[in-house]
Amino acid sequence: MGDTESIAHEDRGASECRSESAGVAIRAINLTAGYGDRAVLHGVSIDVHAGELLAIVGPNGAGKSTLLRILGGTLRPWSGTVELEGRPLGEYDRRAIARRLAIVAQENLVAFRFTVLEIVLMGRAPHLGAFHFETRHDLEIAHAALERFDLIGLARRPIQELSGGERKRVFLARALAQDPHVALLDEPTAFLDLRHVAEIFARLRELRLERGLAVIATLHDLNAAALHADRVLLMKDGAVAGYGTPDEVFTVENLRAVYETEVYVGRNPANGAITVLPGRIGSTVRRDA
Amino acid sequence: MSEPAINPESVDGDVALREFADAHLTRARMAITLVVLGAVLVVVAMVAAAFGSVHIDLMRAIADSSSADHAILFGARIPRVLMGAIVGAVLAAVGAALQALVRNPLAEGGILGISGGGAFGAIVALVVFSRLGGADAAVPICAFAASLLSTLAVYRLALVDGRLEPFTLLLVGVIFNAFWGAAIMLVNSIVNFYFTHSIIFWLMGSFEAPTYREVAMVTVLGFIGFAILIARARDMNLLSLGDDEAAELGVEVEAVRRTIFIVTSLMIGAAVSVSGIISFVGLIVPHIIRTAIGADHRMLIPASILGGAAFTVAADLIARVAIAPSELPVGAITALCGGPFFIYVLRREGRKSLAL
Repeated sequence: MGDTESIAHEDRGASECRSESAGVAIRAINLTAGYGDRAVLHGVSIDVHAGELLAIVGPNGAGKSTLLRILGGTLRPWSGTVELEGRPLGEYDRRAIARRLAIVAQENLVAFRFTVLEIVLMGRAPHLGAFHFETRHDLEIAHAALERFDLIGLARRPIQELSGGERKRVFLARALAQDPHVALLDEPTAFLDLRHVAEIFARLRELRLERGLAVIATLHDLNAAALHADRVLLMKDGAVAGYGTPDEVFTVENLRAVYETEVYVGRNPANGAITVLPGRIGSTVRRDA
Repeated sequence: MSEPAINPESVDGDVALREFADAHLTRARMAITLVVLGAVLVVVAMVAAAFGSVHIDLMRAIADSSSADHAILFGARIPRVLMGAIVGAVLAAVGAALQALVRNPLAEGGILGISGGGAFGAIVALVVFSRLGGADAAVPICAFAASLLSTLAVYRLALVDGRLEPFTLLLVGVIFNAFWGAAIMLVNSIVNFYFTHSIIFWLMGSFEAPTYREVAMVTVLGFIGFAILIARARDMNLLSLGDDEAAELGVEVEAVRRTIFIVTSLMIGAAVSVSGIISFVGLIVPHIIRTAIGADHRMLIPASILGGAAFTVAADLIARVAIAPSELPVGAITALCGGPFFIYVLRREGRKSLAL
């Protein structure tokens, strides 16, 4: 495993200045996929650089989660390839993938009463042999991950006793303990309150800057995507409806076509980010001055 | 290898790490637990060997090899204690492993129908081969085969769109368990009265008069099984997070699941062929251990082996002395404890576990 490139970009947008070939963490080329004989993905291509945050947005059933499963290697595409750090995913075994790529699912159910620390330590499994106990080094990594997501006080609590937001942070910490180069997050902020959403994006941003973590996240919240993502993949019915910076993708025409409803697109005067508001169906959108 | 980002100021070295020693499994905790459980097993086994339906003089039994006491101790009590220990260890370890596989604390060899299949195979072999000869070898082989076939059938029926549905697996298992019970009663009603005692023996479970050869057979198979399950213990931890999550952490889920199903079927087949269906050991023991010392399977599997052995030897001691000079089937003792315990677990944990 080569040393990951030291990424020194201060702000989003800087990722575009980087040399093209060096920093591609994960790339998908012309993926088609489906379940049974029902196709749910038609020719999707993406590339995500180290340190970048790509948001996947689109209506329910657009194929966002399917795309994530293919990128993570748990679902095989019908055609097309996924390249992880320049090599096809098929050339890695499961454990080798897990040392480079971490996934946080939308739901985080655990069968038995493992403690928070035990769950986070499970992130070290791909780095350990079958009979190896976690070393001091592994504990330090788990401890740092707990600290990063403000979980130190919960370390010895059974996971079942935690709230949804706390549990989400535990699974993000577990993913971090894997020491990955790429993180795939399925709705990381669903059902969380405003503060926790902001906290999670802040932590992800730190990780992207510090260690060049590439993040791909499906998001329902278009405003969060506009505010935090470097690039956005807008999907509809398994196909790409828009791919680029939030400014390029979040246009009234694109969103109206994809979501089949009226939308208002404007700019947040405070930070200049795109904001998207729903319009009322069946009436003209009223614009206040 | 990229260096993990650790803020040196944030980790107070050993202090912080030692502080969390109670929040995860450490080598020290594992060693202490296994030594304590091992000591409990030795004490229970010695008590079980010393007491029984008749009083024996232990000094004479050891000193005088021609005494009746010697014959009782070495010919009856010790093989029986050893058989109880190994069968209990097998049942508890299998229970812990199957619970990890279906992500549900209510799974167990009996409840999933594996023991019932094995008992049916053993009974059919006994009836058929008692005329042809060779029943001694045929009984365990047919018990293995029937356990394995029963497991494979339950497993196939629980696959929905190629994915294993743990709750469906549990339900199908319960149905198979009832089906095998009915099939055994059917065989019982059409064969010679001569077989009835043997059939009841398998149905109720008992350690009546085991031979050292039977003990050796179960011990060898049991230890091979223990080694394989312990090697898979970390994978069982990861499976608790879900199949996809385990795969994403590097587990070859299908291969691991197949291995565990086959190994546990053979272990159950071996246990059933010598002792019949002893229910609930695989449910009670892992549950108590999990509650007492945590869910990590690297501890749970070896601790269940020792705990299952001690529990079953104790239950068999009760079976022997409760209504001495006659005796109860040990399976009746474990079922009498296990039934209420099952309901208790179902009430306490059922709702959130079954929702998986």
